Amino acid sequence: MVSEKDVAHIAELADIGIEKEELAEFTGRFNEILDYFDILDQVEQGTRGGTDLVNIFRDDIVEDSLPGDEVLANTLEKEDGFFRAPRVM
Amino acid sequence: MATLTFTRDDRYNAFITMLDNAETGPGKLSGIGIAIKDNISTRGIQTTCASRILEGYLPPYDAHVVTLVKKAGAGIVGKTNMDEFGMGTTTENSAFGPTKNPADTSRVPGGSSGGSAAAVASGMVRMALGTDTGGSIRCPAAFCGIVGHKPTYGRVSRYGLVAYANSLEQIGPMARTVSDISLLMEVLTGYDPRDSTSVNCPYAHIPDPDIRGLKIGVPEEYFGEGVDPRVASVVWDGISLLERKGADIITCRMPSMAYALAAYYVTCTSEASSNLARFDGVRYGPPADTRQTWHESFQERRRDGFGTEVKRRIMLGTFALSSGYYGKYYAKAQAARQQVRNDFLRLFREVDVIAGPTMPTVAFRIGEKTDPLSMYLSDILTVPANLAGIPAISVPCGTSEGLPVGLQIMGPHFRDERVIDVAYAFEQGVSR
Repeated sequence: MVSEKDVAHIAELADIGIEKEELAEFTGRFNEILDYFDILDQVEQGTRGGTDLVNIFRDDIVEDSLPGDEVLANTLEKEDGFFRAPRVM
Repeated sequence: MATLTFTRDDRYNAFITMLDNAETGPGKLSGIGIAIKDNISTRGIQTTCASRILEGYLPPYDAHVVTLVKKAGAGIVGKTNMDEFGMGTTTENSAFGPTKNPADTSRVPGGSSGGSAAAVASGMVRMALGTDTGGSIRCPAAFCGIVGHKPTYGRVSRYGLVAYANSLEQIGPMARTVSDISLLMEVLTGYDPRDSTSVNCPYAHIPDPDIRGLKIGVPEEYFGEGVDPRVASVVWDGISLLERKGADIITCRMPSMAYALAAYYVTCTSEASSNLARFDGVRYGPPADTRQTWHESFQERRRDGFGTEVKRRIMLGTFALSSGYYGKYYAKAQAARQQVRNDFLRLFREVDVIAGPTMPTVAFRIGEKTDPLSMYLSDILTVPANLAGIPAISVPCGTSEGLPVGLQIMGPHFRDERVIDVAYAFEQGVSR
C-alpha cells in the first residue's frame, strides 16, 4: 500500500505537479494497480531476464544536423542561438 | 504531380489537424490520401500527440515513414486523433475531445490510434498510419471493423515517432483491405540507420490465400476469463472458416499470459517516465516561465500540459524504477516478458501462426470505462505480441451485438508475410 504522502513524493520526483485535491483519487487508483502488479511476485526468480540482443553502435562521424534557426523555431525563449531555460538555482 | 483536395467534414472527430489539399506524385501510393497519427512527426504540420503540452509544435523534420509515404506518391490528408501520447484504449484521453466510432457513434473507436481507424472506417481516407505499443493499431481496427497490422519490432523505422515506450512500439498500416495493408508494408519497411533497432528486412510480397496444411495454434488463454462469450463465439466461427480452407487447428497453452499484462504495464510506464521527461516547455510546446526556478516551472508546465492518464503512467513508472522497488516490479516484469517470448518461440516450433480474438469485448460505450485498471485489462490479448516483438494483424471477423469483432493472427518474428497471407485467406473466404 502506498499513502498519499508517498504519491505526493513520487509526483515531486517526477516533476508532475499534481494538485492536493487530486491526491486521494490518484492514491486509490495507484493502489488498485499496484495490487494487480503483485501477480509478478509469482514469476520464478530463475527466469532469465533481459534479452539476447546486443547494442548497435555507429561510427562517430560528424554529419549534417538541422540548421540552428529551425531547431529554435518552436520556442519564444531564445538568446544568441541558445534556448533560454528557467533558473537552475 | 497532382493535387488532392479534401472535404473538411470530420463528423467523427477523427482528425486533430486537417489539410485542405496535398501534393501527390508517381509511385506505389500515387494519388492516395493517407492519414497520419498525430504522434508521428510531419515537417511543418502541427504534431501534438493529442497533448496540450505539444500544442502548436511544428516538427522541423519528417519521420522516416512520412518521407517514405510521400516518396511513394501519397498525399497527407491530416493528423489523426489519439489517446494522449498513445496512453489509452478508447481515444477518450485526448486533449482534443474523443473520436466517435463510425460503426456506432455512441461507442469509442478503440485506441490509441482511434482517429486513424475512424478516418479509414468512415471512408474519409483509404489508408492510415497508426502506432502500436500494446495493441493501439489492432484494438481500434477491431472496434471499427477495419484491418490493422503491427509489424515485427524493427521492421519499420521509429525515427520521428514521438517515443512513449521504445522497446514495445511499432508504426504500422491501417486500411479496409488486407491488400492495402500489404501495399503499405512494401512502402514502410526497410533499413533506416537513424533508428538503431531498425532491421534490414524489406517486405516485397503479394498476399497468397492458399493456407492448405497451415498449422494454426489457438491458445486456451485467448478464450479465457474476461473474454465475452459472444465475441469468443464469433472468433471461433472465423477460425472454423480457416479450417474449411485447409488449415489445421491445434489448441495449445500459453501459461505466461497470467503475467503478460502486469509485465506490459510495468515496462511501458517505466519507459514513459523516462521518455516524457523531455516535455519541459523549453524547446517546444507552450513555453516555460524562465523567471521561475527549474522545478517550479517544470511542475507547472507539466501540471497544465499533461492529462490525468499521462500523469498516472509517469508516476507509476517513476515508482516502479525507484530504489527499493526496482527488483519487485521492473526486474520481475522483464523476467515475465522473457517467459512470454519463450512461450511464443516454443509454440512456433509446433504451429505456423497463432489465432484468437483481438479484443475481449466489442467497443465500449463512450464514458463507460472510468477506472484505469479495467481499461488496462482490456489490452490482455494484444500486449503479448508487443512484449515478444512478433507481428500481429487484426482482420474484421463479423459482428456481435451489431458491433465489429476482430480476428487476431500472430506469427513468428519477421514472418509478417505469413500473418498477412492468413488474414488475406480469411478476408477472401468471408467475401465469397
